[in-house]
Amino acid sequence: MLNEADVERLDAEAVNSAKVRQPLYAARKKIFPKRASGNFRRFKWLVMAITLGIYYLTPWLRWDRGPYAPDQAVLVDLANRRFYFFPIEIWPQEFYFVAGLLVMAGIGLFLITSTVGRAWCGYTCPQTVWVDLFLVVERAVEGDRNARMKLDAGPWTVGKIVKRVVKHAIWLAIAVATGGAWIFYFADAPSLLQSFVVGNAAPVAYITVAVLTATTYTFGGLMREQVCIYMCPWPRIQAAMLDEHSLTVTYNDWRGEPRSRHAKKAAAAGQAVGDCVDCNACVAVCPMGIDIRDGQQLECITCALCIDACDAVMDKVGRERGLISYATLNDYNANMALATGGNGRIDPVKVRDANGKLADGLAHFHIRKIFRPRTFVYMGAWSLAGLALLYALLTRDRLEVNVLHDRNPQFVTLSDGSVRNGYTVKLLNMIPEPRTIIVTMQGLRGGEMTVTGIDQPADRSVAIQVEPDRLKTIKVFVRQPAEFIDGEAQTFKFVVEDKASFERDEYVATFNAPGKSK
Amino acid sequence: MTEKHIDEATGVATTGHEWDGIRELNNPLPRWWVWTFYATIVWALAYTVAYPAWPMLTSATTGLLGYSSRADVKAELAAAEAGKAQYVAAVSTKSVDEIIKDDALRQFAIAAGAAAFKVNCVQCHGSGAQGSVGYPNLNDDDWLWGGTADQIYQTVLHGVRFADDADTRVSEMPAFGEIIDATQVAQVSAYVATLSGAAAADPAMVEPGKTVFADNCAACHGDDGKGNRDLGAPNLTDAIWLRGEGEAAIAAQVKAPKHGVMPAWGGRLGDTNVKELAVYVHSLGGGE
Repeated sequence: MLNEADVERLDAEAVNSAKVRQPLYAARKKIFPKRASGNFRRFKWLVMAITLGIYYLTPWLRWDRGPYAPDQAVLVDLANRRFYFFPIEIWPQEFYFVAGLLVMAGIGLFLITSTVGRAWCGYTCPQTVWVDLFLVVERAVEGDRNARMKLDAGPWTVGKIVKRVVKHAIWLAIAVATGGAWIFYFADAPSLLQSFVVGNAAPVAYITVAVLTATTYTFGGLMREQVCIYMCPWPRIQAAMLDEHSLTVTYNDWRGEPRSRHAKKAAAAGQAVGDCVDCNACVAVCPMGIDIRDGQQLECITCALCIDACDAVMDKVGRERGLISYATLNDYNANMALATGGNGRIDPVKVRDANGKLADGLAHFHIRKIFRPRTFVYMGAWSLAGLALLYALLTRDRLEVNVLHDRNPQFVTLSDGSVRNGYTVKLLNMIPEPRTIIVTMQGLRGGEMTVTGIDQPADRSVAIQVEPDRLKTIKVFVRQPAEFIDGEAQTFKFVVEDKASFERDEYVATFNAPGKSK
Repeated sequence: MTEKHIDEATGVATTGHEWDGIRELNNPLPRWWVWTFYATIVWALAYTVAYPAWPMLTSATTGLLGYSSRADVKAELAAAEAGKAQYVAAVSTKSVDEIIKDDALRQFAIAAGAAAFKVNCVQCHGSGAQGSVGYPNLNDDDWLWGGTADQIYQTVLHGVRFADDADTRVSEMPAFGEIIDATQVAQVSAYVATLSGAAAADPAMVEPGKTVFADNCAACHGDDGKGNRDLGAPNLTDAIWLRGEGEAAIAAQVKAPKHGVMPAWGGRLGDTNVKELAVYVHSLGGGE
């Protein structure tokens, strides 16, 4: 028999053991991001100005398309089912252009994420931009981090109420403007603004503005980082697309650790001291409220504000910038190996040369590292999709014909023995100008056609006036004398042409006649 | 309430109930969930006050907003009626020829006529108006009573051989089986078949048949056999045969003719609807 103590103890623990169990629901902890300043902050201001500018101003741009089409540069005309984008006009059946752009956007996101990480999240995502904007308002009204924390913890004085009311009022105004800008993409902006203000606009306009106001205010003002952490699928997808060559915001603990508040004292005592002075500046500026020094994490949107904050501190204490920096996992690992020397403990001295400067052998990011097979594949796919779209756009038809052959009855025998077939012919004039379209029959010996509503003797060709940017449906009766009938089903062509622009399209139609056996 | 009891294993408070030593953990629902739940209850109650909801003995509460889906349908129907009122008024006052000349009115009449046709006419004339043996094809250019829009209008309005309408179209071919003998029937059938270009089975019959035709048939069908629309006598020289092609079918019709009847639609559908039908039939391709 074994002694109890000799029974092997397995190193196992229940995955849901009480010690590690965390509640599924975590109450939100308030975050008071401090204002950061530096290169990345300046870049973010620029991106914010550009993205907000595009969003708010685009519907007001004009583009002259002549008297028969709206002059709004970007317009989604749902009522008439047309999409205008500068010189391009898209009909519903050409929606593949939009699908193609979405494919490009998807591949573009792969490309960007595999090279510079979650840049979309950190700089251009509307959630990020609007939260940034809302934080500007919050700082302007309530002050920076410490003032806001004090105000939040303090009692409800008149001053606090005034500040809160002002802040939320401005937030709501921004939210209304955001929702308001959206509707201008779907109708003529100046006239819609006018009717919207006096209360004459369509109910859907008011509902859209109300819904977008509510979502902007709630997501940008109240929920902020919660949207990114709990609601958004992108962090999961984008995190899966990162690899060891992707740039991420990284705390370089190979030079930062061991961190110390009292570096000089510790150094004097002979202890190893890293560059991190544990000032928590990186945590204070973080809009997500995380500590980048805990490593790469789902919550990090890579807005790079911690880099600005840390660089400012490094400047003050006279150390090299880049304690927190954009770095690839490969570079980080190489530098970490240098710092630990393989013994698992970071020794900051190892990454420095004799003069105390950072050693030459350290890995740094270089633009060349962006170019690797994976990014080439993405760039290739992206360019191919773009070229295909461009080709389709430049060669697309602006004149089309669709033909529906009458099926009930398939043919009609006339008193002189000739046979008649009916066709519904649809002429698509896809430019905003009126056109005269010549419809001609090719083939079908002896066949002639008449068009309902056009007073003209039977002929093999007929001119049809088509309104600008419209589909014209005509009823065509084709008649073939008995002596020319050649079988139960003959094929012939409807050819439509615009003599002015030499555009043409054709449709191969069938002409039915009674069978031989009777 | 008893003193708060914390479960040892999980560190979670219990509800305070105990059944033979078993306690229930108190894991409250998330607040947002609870508040959403309360909001739905409030919404539901408010809804029952605002909209028709609670069943009473004979009806249900009408709700403060006075909403009724029946009233909605009524309003929509009224709006639809009002939308086409101007067209209906124009159709009722104008002649079919005037209607056809007016582009918008013609389109309206064709659409309305097509709908009326599907309800009232397809039973005999077929869903494509292609007809069948004994029922005229309305797509072709062969018209017993005339193919102008007004003639079609008159035919639909008063019907064909419809006893209850004084102005109905009437024609009746005598049963020649009782007037001429069987040989003459065969002869005239052979002759009539050749009128539209077919070869007679026995060419010797054609000449005597011509004489029989001149004596008995030409009065209505004309000397050349081209028929007479005033009498509803069909054209025998064309390629269209209402009651079947060939000598046998012709002979059967000569001996004991069949006569179709079409009701007068004026009384049933009203003048406006009949005009729409006439415009529709005229548009099928054979209109004159």
